[in-house]
Amino acid sequence: MDKPSGLLVRSHCVGTTAVVYASDYLNQLTGEKIERECRRQLNCGCRALVIDFSDTKLVNSIGVSILLGIIDVAEKNGAKIAFSDVNSQTVQLFEMLGLTQHVVLAKDEREALLTLSEFETTPIVH
Amino acid sequence: MELSTQKLIHTFGALADLGQEIAGRGDFTEMVRTSMHLLLGTLALRRGAVAECVESELRPVASWGVTDQIFRELSISCEEKQEFHTGEVSDFLISSSPGSSNFVNRYRERFAQEEIALLLPMIVRDEITGVVLLGRKASGEEFSPDDFETVHAMVRHIGVGIHTHRLLEQVAQRAEENRRLYEELRTIYRATVRSFAAAIDAKDKYTQGHSERVGRYSEIIARELGWNEDEVEGIQIAGYLHDVGKLVVDRDIINAPYNINAKESSELNRHPAAGYEILAPINHPYADIPLMAKYHHERLDGRGYPEGLRDEQIPLGAKIVSLADSFDAMTTDRPYRRRRSFEDVVRDLRENSGTQFDGKVVAAFARALLKEVNGQSKERRITKMLGKDYLQGENISMLLTDLITDLTSVGSGAQSYK
Repeated sequence: MDKPSGLLVRSHCVGTTAVVYASDYLNQLTGEKIERECRRQLNCGCRALVIDFSDTKLVNSIGVSILLGIIDVAEKNGAKIAFSDVNSQTVQLFEMLGLTQHVVLAKDEREALLTLSEFETTPIVH
Repeated sequence: MELSTQKLIHTFGALADLGQEIAGRGDFTEMVRTSMHLLLGTLALRRGAVAECVESELRPVASWGVTDQIFRELSISCEEKQEFHTGEVSDFLISSSPGSSNFVNRYRERFAQEEIALLLPMIVRDEITGVVLLGRKASGEEFSPDDFETVHAMVRHIGVGIHTHRLLEQVAQRAEENRRLYEELRTIYRATVRSFAAAIDAKDKYTQGHSERVGRYSEIIARELGWNEDEVEGIQIAGYLHDVGKLVVDRDIINAPYNINAKESSELNRHPAAGYEILAPINHPYADIPLMAKYHHERLDGRGYPEGLRDEQIPLGAKIVSLADSFDAMTTDRPYRRRRSFEDVVRDLRENSGTQFDGKVVAAFARALLKEVNGQSKERRITKMLGKDYLQGENISMLLTDLITDLTSVGSGAQSYK
């Protein structure tokens, strides 16, 4: 497993996909660390991101804003993004706000990696 | 849960968080940054920025997905600011072309390049504090009237937060200016007092520097007794001014090169009360300076003047000035006698503690001097005032140690006046 770039952010790579774990409460402090970690992974050559929400109980407005920033960065880098293990309350929130139009929702990390691997075979045009 | 209910809960949560953030007393930039995230996250807006209006400039405080470069390109005129006061929200939609806002029209293309969809002014008390730039919704939907309401409410909140912060900054700046002015006044006051002390001493050709030294001795004793900085400064001033009443005493009596007679002595003894009369009308920045001058010739046994007060009736400050005054008188040459030896002075202090001097005050002074003699104190202020030849001999330290022991031991004879 890769070393986390921030104190609270866990991450690891599977091929060219980075898996980043969100913390229990996605607020500004933890959110910005996750955003930095995602940027780092993309700069290191990752072509897809999985953000795993298995530990996340709550995402507030700040969390939503930061996730949109990550989606933005990923899109600009031509990278795909998947959210895995999102609880039903948060799924409802993401659907309501339109985040699900920009990401793949997966049951768990394994499913997310499988889905994204399909995109990895397609060459990225920057 | 119905979608509208869920949306409402999400919005209320964000508004509550925003209120808390703005009411908090944290870092300004962090407050604006968090507020911006709350605003963007409420409607899931892809990007946004908050900028302050500084004259015609727009300075970014927080941005997300918007480059700072755009702010370097923007400038806003007074007329354009005025338009913000009268405009409708739809005027500030970048897509509604052409709106009535000249500012938006002027930069419409540039905003579009940055994918800015909406520009909202922050107006507090008829003043533009800044603008908020917002990107499109992640859902791709257009802004609904409800969205406008929400955005408007949140932008007003952020505007108030920025305005309040600026006000607090101004208050802090004024407070700092006042503090500096007060400090300057204190410096001027101290300098004036010292000049005054020199003028007092100039009247007596044999006691030059006496008031200055009494001020310094008093300060040293007060510090040793644990007084705070303000109190220490106050007693130093009292020391400088303790003899101000001598200005009204006949110069010939002050300068008499012989032991003065009873009538002359009575005239001289007027000086503490006269000093009080001079000092009392002045609004000193420190407490009790006139009283310290008035009572610096009082004695614990009630045989002092002008009122014959006893121990507890005498302010501690006056007891300190009294000791400093006597110590300087004993350790400096006078026209009719040489200064006394240190052994003699210590004997006098021991004998008169409890009758003339307060034992605790004498002990404090002895401790301060002992620290200098033993090298425990970096500064050698007392020894400097006494002159390098005065404290000679190996028994100085022992004399002081014995004096302190005698004065601090329970049931000391020195306290027998009680």
